[in-house]
Amino acid sequence: MAGLTFYDRPHFSPAATEYRFLPFQFIDLDDTRIVLVNEVGEHYVTDRPHFDAFIRKSLDRADPIYLDLAAKHFLYNGDSTLPVRLLATKYRTKRQFLAGFTNLHIFVVSLRCEHSCQYCQVARVTSDRAKYDMSTETAERALDLVFRSPAPTLKIEFQGGEALLNFELVQQIVHSAEQRNQIAGRELEFVVATNLAVVTDDMLAFIKNHNILVSTSIDGPAALHNANRPRPGGNSYELAVAGIEKARQALGYERVSALMTTTKLSLECPEAIVDEYLQLGFSSLFLRPISPYGFALKTQIRTGYDRASFLNFYVRALDHIIDINRSGTHFVETYAQLLLRKLLTPYATGYVDLQSPAGAGINVAVYNYDGDVYATDEARMLAEMGDKTFRLGNVHSDSYEAIFGGELLRTLVTASCVESLPGCADCAFQTYCGCDPVENYAVQGDMFGHRPTSDFCKRNMFVIKHLLQLYHGEDPYIRELFWRWIQQPYTGVAEYKG
Amino acid sequence: MQRLHSRGTSVGIAELLVGKVTREPIADPRLRADYIVDSRTANWGAFCTDLHGYSAVLVTGPSLPEDLPKHVPIVHSISQLEYLADGDVIAIQPSGNVNVLYRRNSHHNSILMTERCNSLCLMCSQPPQPDDDSYRVPIILRLLDLINAECPELILSGGEPALLGEDLFAVIEKCERQLPNTTLHVLTNGRLFKDARLARRLATIQHHDVMLGIPLYADCAQVHDYVVQASGAFEETLHGLYSLAEAGVPVEIRVVLHRQTYERLPQLAEFIYRNIPFASQVVLMGMEMYGLVHQNMDALWIDPIEYQDQLEEATLSLARGGMRVLLYNHQLCVLRKSLWPFAVKSISDWKNTYIATCDGCVVREQCGGFFQSGVKRHSMHIRPFLQTP
Repeated sequence: MAGLTFYDRPHFSPAATEYRFLPFQFIDLDDTRIVLVNEVGEHYVTDRPHFDAFIRKSLDRADPIYLDLAAKHFLYNGDSTLPVRLLATKYRTKRQFLAGFTNLHIFVVSLRCEHSCQYCQVARVTSDRAKYDMSTETAERALDLVFRSPAPTLKIEFQGGEALLNFELVQQIVHSAEQRNQIAGRELEFVVATNLAVVTDDMLAFIKNHNILVSTSIDGPAALHNANRPRPGGNSYELAVAGIEKARQALGYERVSALMTTTKLSLECPEAIVDEYLQLGFSSLFLRPISPYGFALKTQIRTGYDRASFLNFYVRALDHIIDINRSGTHFVETYAQLLLRKLLTPYATGYVDLQSPAGAGINVAVYNYDGDVYATDEARMLAEMGDKTFRLGNVHSDSYEAIFGGELLRTLVTASCVESLPGCADCAFQTYCGCDPVENYAVQGDMFGHRPTSDFCKRNMFVIKHLLQLYHGEDPYIRELFWRWIQQPYTGVAEYKG
Repeated sequence: MQRLHSRGTSVGIAELLVGKVTREPIADPRLRADYIVDSRTANWGAFCTDLHGYSAVLVTGPSLPEDLPKHVPIVHSISQLEYLADGDVIAIQPSGNVNVLYRRNSHHNSILMTERCNSLCLMCSQPPQPDDDSYRVPIILRLLDLINAECPELILSGGEPALLGEDLFAVIEKCERQLPNTTLHVLTNGRLFKDARLARRLATIQHHDVMLGIPLYADCAQVHDYVVQASGAFEETLHGLYSLAEAGVPVEIRVVLHRQTYERLPQLAEFIYRNIPFASQVVLMGMEMYGLVHQNMDALWIDPIEYQDQLEEATLSLARGGMRVLLYNHQLCVLRKSLWPFAVKSISDWKNTYIATCDGCVVREQCGGFFQSGVKRHSMHIRPFLQTP
């Protein structure tokens, strides 16, 4: 091997030219640390002196931090074309949720319900089927639109009111969709959202035969649940628990999930709510704030709460969930789980309320009982309050092109790109967050919204920073746990898509 | 260590001859040209009555058997033949050298495509040679005619196989045609695939099961380029990886662990997860003490016990991200227990061995052991597990 010449490391150092920045944002993580985030959601935590050196372009090329920042595509040197190619591919990967277009189609098969929940925006306690049930014709026209969507996966979710009060139509829609799909060849899924109070064995047999997922509501321990969800007999909790048991026996554990709505009453007892879910045999809980719509907005005094109380509730519940895991029981907080996926993986994580542009219309559409089409469930709740701003059209009078390619949907998309929204455009958490133009409109009066006074913004800034602080904190167990959550499939979130 | 070549005296062999070893007579004389007869067989008598058409005969004894017909090329006085089995493919040179090209009973058959390379890795176990060695190509193509169709896996190595250009694709095409059940593993530095046309050309073969094993030694150019001794290599390899991925060709990332690569191993793992999550698997390999390693020993040697922190962090972080991670060439006694599930007995059987210290070790059967070349220099922490750890 004589004659071979080997060069030392400095021979391969980058050119001594000044390095250049690639796009990134930054924010204080705590008193001493700063977190930098690039356009594809990769983050880097460093201290103030190193950050200052980086910004002043005085980092030494041999400094490990220089190498870290180059490898994570915060800086580059020379005329390399590599970072842009890698970033472009990663960017496309992160945006894959846009590729399929509308894939979640919500059918409001009836507005009737036997519950009269405090926070419910839409349901009617009535027996007037003619007025509040979706008709077969409307359902068929809606299915025409569903199958016009190019999405390879189509998820049809039955909602209400109480969807099971119009179970005949649920059956018809399932049959018709399955028949259409013999030609369309999509990945077809069904979900029924129900309080399970009126579920029967026959219904469960159909649900099982057609592989339909069941999504129900549990707000917490009996007293809290029944206070939130009044019905004749005051036995909502008892019926729901019995229904869950029955449904699990018929369908299997993994086919039945539950969602929790946080009300003022919930705020006092985060631990008890978590324990209730655990006791009922669920392995996850989605800590969602109440939607600021419809009746919820009207009954704000009774059911509403301020942001700080919710965040305090969130932190207490999350701490409790972490402790439960630490003591050996696997349990996931779903909101943290989906944010952690955004933070720590290279993959796309679409969630209609937390993506840019928002999922309204382009990932989800709602077919109301009367044939009106809305961009989100919240948009139709607003309509039930008399404001039809977000009505995309009607299945009987408008074409697919007019509904899904019209001015209103284009406006919603334009208004929900965080990359260009004031207050979002320069936010470090931009790639993890999103915006909800319908909520902005409902709460702040216009779709673009005003970040300094936005609860949505404050809440997500807090939760994202909290998760980052935990991940980069003293406790290695939490890092391990967060990764375990990421590896878990999502459960319990019918609206989730990804 | 398994023997792979021997030498004898050739008679009647004017040019290189490739054939399949047999100890069973071949009935159809038209097929015999593919076969070389191993005379150490109970059937020798049957052969002697009709040796017509065989391409050669191997003889261990010092002189020709008296009953041997004169017209058949032979190699006699071969020192050893015990390592040969029916179905093995050998090459006989006019000089009398007998080399095994393919061993039917092995899962580690590797074909050296070329000794030329466009990199000069500090730890290269197959030091590159500058000379044109394209004479190998027709031999390889002939070899592919003779390899048993049941062969589970073939490795195409170098040198840098992609330097062969169209010849490489011809070999892969022939593999797909002749060996429709054989997994193909091509060891390349990937640099030339930065030209997307090459990647697409490879993809058009539509090989049923090919994977390109491509080394990446750091998350940054200055370290990777230093290890492979080629400026711009990091950039070219990554462009190559992306071109291959875009063409739909499966890739594997290979990292050799030594003093120059262990420090940033966790960062490299994160870089792979973020930028190359499409890789089919990531292989983290202990260094083979062979070839150029000896020349660069000071720059390269580190006792594997010293990089367990980095190895553990890198392995577990790739695994939790859902990537398949394999650890090659690590003895279990120096490998942290958390990493045992990732350890693979990877060393080719003909290079694999254990040392005296291993005697009595109860996990020896699970352990990858050593490269033959690693017997002289290895971790100071080799010790037998006398009871199940």
